[in-house]
Amino acid sequence: MKAFTYERAKDPVGAARAVASQSGAKFLAGGTNLLDLMKLQIETPVHLVDVQDIGLDKIEPTADGGLRIGALVTNTDLASDRRVRRDYGVLSRAIVAGASGQLRNKATTAGNLLQRTRCPYFYDTNMPCNKRKPGSGCSAIGGFSRQLAVIGSSDHCIATNPSDMAVGLRVLDATVETVKPDGSTRAIPIAEFHPLPGDTPHIETVLTPGELITGVTLPKPIGGFHHYEKVRDRASYAFALVSVAAVIHKDGSGRVALGGVAHKPWRVEAAEAAMPRGAKDVAGRLLAGARPMPDNAFKIPLAERTLAAAIDQGKAA
Amino acid sequence: MKFDTPAGQNPIDRAKVVGCAHDRIDGPFKTTGQAPYAYEHHRHVGNPAYGYVVGSAIAKGRIRSIKLDAAKVAPGVLAIVAATDTGKLGKGDFNTVKLFGGPEIDHYHQAIAVVVAETFEQARAAAALVRVDYDRGQGRFDLDEALKTAPLTGGDSNQGGAPKADRTGSFEEAFARAPVTLDALYSTPDHSHAMMEPHASIAAWNGDQLTLWTSSQMINWGRSDLAKTLGIPKEKIRFLSPFIGGGFGGKLFLRTDAVLAALGAKAAGRPVKLALPRPFVANNTTHRPATRQRIRIGAERDGTITAIAHESGSGDQPNGEPETAVNQTKLLYAGANRLTAMRLAVLDLPEGNAMRAPGEAPGLMALEIAMDEMAEKLGMDPVDFRVRNDTQVDPEKPARRFSERQLIRCLREGADRFGWSQRKARPGQVRDGRWLIGMGMAAAFRNHINFPSGARVRLSGDGRVMVETDMTDIGTGSYTIIAQTAAEMMGVPIEAVTVKLGSSDFPVAAGSGGQFGAANSTAGVYAACVKLREEVAGRLGFNSTDAVFEAGKVRSGNRSAPLAQAAAGGDLVAEDKIEFGDLGKTHQLSTFGSHFVEVGVDAYTGVTRVRRMLAVCAAGRIINPKSARSQVIGAMTMGVGSALMEELAVDKRFGFFVNHDLAGYEVPVHADIPHQDVVFLDEADDKANPMKAKGVGELGLCGVGAAVANAIYNATGVRVRDYPITLEKHLARLPTLA
Repeated sequence: MKAFTYERAKDPVGAARAVASQSGAKFLAGGTNLLDLMKLQIETPVHLVDVQDIGLDKIEPTADGGLRIGALVTNTDLASDRRVRRDYGVLSRAIVAGASGQLRNKATTAGNLLQRTRCPYFYDTNMPCNKRKPGSGCSAIGGFSRQLAVIGSSDHCIATNPSDMAVGLRVLDATVETVKPDGSTRAIPIAEFHPLPGDTPHIETVLTPGELITGVTLPKPIGGFHHYEKVRDRASYAFALVSVAAVIHKDGSGRVALGGVAHKPWRVEAAEAAMPRGAKDVAGRLLAGARPMPDNAFKIPLAERTLAAAIDQGKAA
Repeated sequence: MKFDTPAGQNPIDRAKVVGCAHDRIDGPFKTTGQAPYAYEHHRHVGNPAYGYVVGSAIAKGRIRSIKLDAAKVAPGVLAIVAATDTGKLGKGDFNTVKLFGGPEIDHYHQAIAVVVAETFEQARAAAALVRVDYDRGQGRFDLDEALKTAPLTGGDSNQGGAPKADRTGSFEEAFARAPVTLDALYSTPDHSHAMMEPHASIAAWNGDQLTLWTSSQMINWGRSDLAKTLGIPKEKIRFLSPFIGGGFGGKLFLRTDAVLAALGAKAAGRPVKLALPRPFVANNTTHRPATRQRIRIGAERDGTITAIAHESGSGDQPNGEPETAVNQTKLLYAGANRLTAMRLAVLDLPEGNAMRAPGEAPGLMALEIAMDEMAEKLGMDPVDFRVRNDTQVDPEKPARRFSERQLIRCLREGADRFGWSQRKARPGQVRDGRWLIGMGMAAAFRNHINFPSGARVRLSGDGRVMVETDMTDIGTGSYTIIAQTAAEMMGVPIEAVTVKLGSSDFPVAAGSGGQFGAANSTAGVYAACVKLREEVAGRLGFNSTDAVFEAGKVRSGNRSAPLAQAAAGGDLVAEDKIEFGDLGKTHQLSTFGSHFVEVGVDAYTGVTRVRRMLAVCAAGRIINPKSARSQVIGAMTMGVGSALMEELAVDKRFGFFVNHDLAGYEVPVHADIPHQDVVFLDEADDKANPMKAKGVGELGLCGVGAAVANAIYNATGVRVRDYPITLEKHLARLPTLA
């Protein structure tokens, strides 16, 4: 860990300014990912701006019947919120499928969206990695890639986004709200929040320097059967090989997003028209153009079969 | 005490303390944080500096230069010892590869420098400033490629030995004649010990005297090899390891934490504490080597095996040893015509070495699938097929009988208790919602190893008994079973016994490994107690042969005296060790069991989840059924890991284990282990030792992987012979979704 300085911000704009004013500064919320990465010197911030005192820890109804989730609401509080469990079950289920109880108690909504890949080559500072060291190459390509991306990847990076929560947010069409150091705010659709790696895999969000996530809004409830299924070798405390977030309606229509397959939660709205025709049709469109590695080609049939499980459960519900 | 004739009646047979379930006597210390682990001896070392290891960034090659300038001036740095200034270090007898690399690099994350600083964080930050230039060399990292030209090799002398190829009868002829045959290939991956506590040491020098607090399964081995590595007399080292957070074989031998702490402390002129970062457990220390196994079995139509061959290939560093995966096949089943052989390839991956049940663990993962496949070909029940081929003698040397062998009882009793008769012989027949349900079983086998073991016992005037031995407790329960043994022998309650372990100040004991710890170390305590009883009897004027030690008293005929009275004039101290004659050669000492497993395989995703497990064990006297059960359920859990998820992923380009943390190297969590039962059969093996006990901790692992694999096959009808059985290995062949 490199030595760093530390301050506690008092309000969101103050926090944004503090980070923007110093190159190499970062926000610190729950710290469940950042601190681990600092110990490994994968992250080497020179200054940390702790945001735990700036509020943003409420879940409130919005004017149009949705919910606004403060950036610092913990994963535990979000997953157990009565309204979330009732109206946005896919989100609640996605969150409790991730990490452990202890981590969810610390991890925040904004932090979850910003967590970095679990690609093992990203985690070993002796190995080339375009995310860690732009231009050094991707050692995962041609290496051990069982966990890694099958679609939306590039010749520069095949990392996956490890979040379960983000997959739930994607299927619900959530919006990420931010504030910039100049006090201006913007709303970013979750679909646009995480870019694909392209030739700049070190850029993992569309946030600008100092821009702070203040919350996430959910549109008004869409009803339907909510399902989150996470496939992994062990029963708990593991990242997804493939996960499926689905909302399925009585008439067979619905939405689906995949985790564990791409640099971002993977959803193709056009594929969802095929939902009533079954998993094969949907998965075919959802994963068209996939470029798997030999180690992870199984994710394509696995995604289809896991989606089939979701659709069958939706029918039975 | 030399043990050279079968044990007769002795005080242990009273079984008032031994054989009864006892809580761990060290439990309260552990649950209240008072048991100091290697990194925690604050009471003894007031002002330690912190060491941090620098590991090689390449797997094979040579260090061109090491630049320390930036690290040396980093905040808090006290000293740096680098490969460039440790030319004359020795190598321990038990180490295949030197623990401090450079200029030649033998494997990834081999230690090449240690940075010592005032705080842990400063040492870690400065270690990252050490700049190393390498000449990257060509390494051998592909086991399958290397095995194509690998020579046959002899066995591992630690594990009973095996000549280059063992033949009995004529395997090839018998196999060619057999009406029913199997010829199949199996593979097991590299495994990491992944114990909770990583390797750690605190070193403190006082002149030329070194005290080392560490985490070691084998005090005397570690002390000797540290002396050899540092080039100092063994007597100059105190080697202490009172509490250990798991080892599984990864702490049998001296590791680099001890060497770096000692060198760092010398250079800094301060005590130094050093723990290996988690990624170093995979690539800096040892691991269980991967195997490629071929098994051929030929049988008559009635199920009688006439020919059996087991060949295994593995890899290791130059001058390393094979994974002896053919061990059990020499002894487990009858068959007149036999062949076992091993090949050893040279690899430049980290050193392969012992991990829990070395040999048998991966060997049974293959053999017990083969037996399941053979049973199916014969149209026999897998339990019946194994019973049919039981043997009470060593099949290679029929004059040698097993001292005790209750395999058939283990199989039958396990089948009854588990409800095996409910199993459908045809696979893929049972559904529970989306789950395909299957049952599988395997035989368990692990040799028992005799090991000399010493102890010192002391009776004091207050009637308390103290045992001192360098035996270790790696979480297994050694403290408790040693207390039970001394209590039984001296006729005192267990609360009257104090046990001190894990110090080179104490007599050399068996140590913890190869499931040889419990039986041998308690036999050593038995020997010392026999001597102490003689002294007590003499002091109290009894004839030692008929004196009865019971309830704090010594009694003979009508006369009785308090035990404490013998020490009224001063402590009585006796020291002895157990040594072994030829009973282990004239007889085969082994442990047996059966494992039964029920799994569900998700018809959609191919994910396997274990639903319930049963182990039935016959392993001599069970000294403490409670801690033995804990050992076996822990081992069964490890078996589930090896069946379903554990694999060190090899990067054949860079030559290292990629998934080198506990997020990437998955071991089972609680949610993976819903229900386990363990049954111990009554057994007292009088040819093993005076305790009539054998090992049991590793038996609990042996065969579990195959039982899971066989259950998966029974659920799905898809046979997977390549561990771990992750979903992609059968997904495409699963029954079509309804």
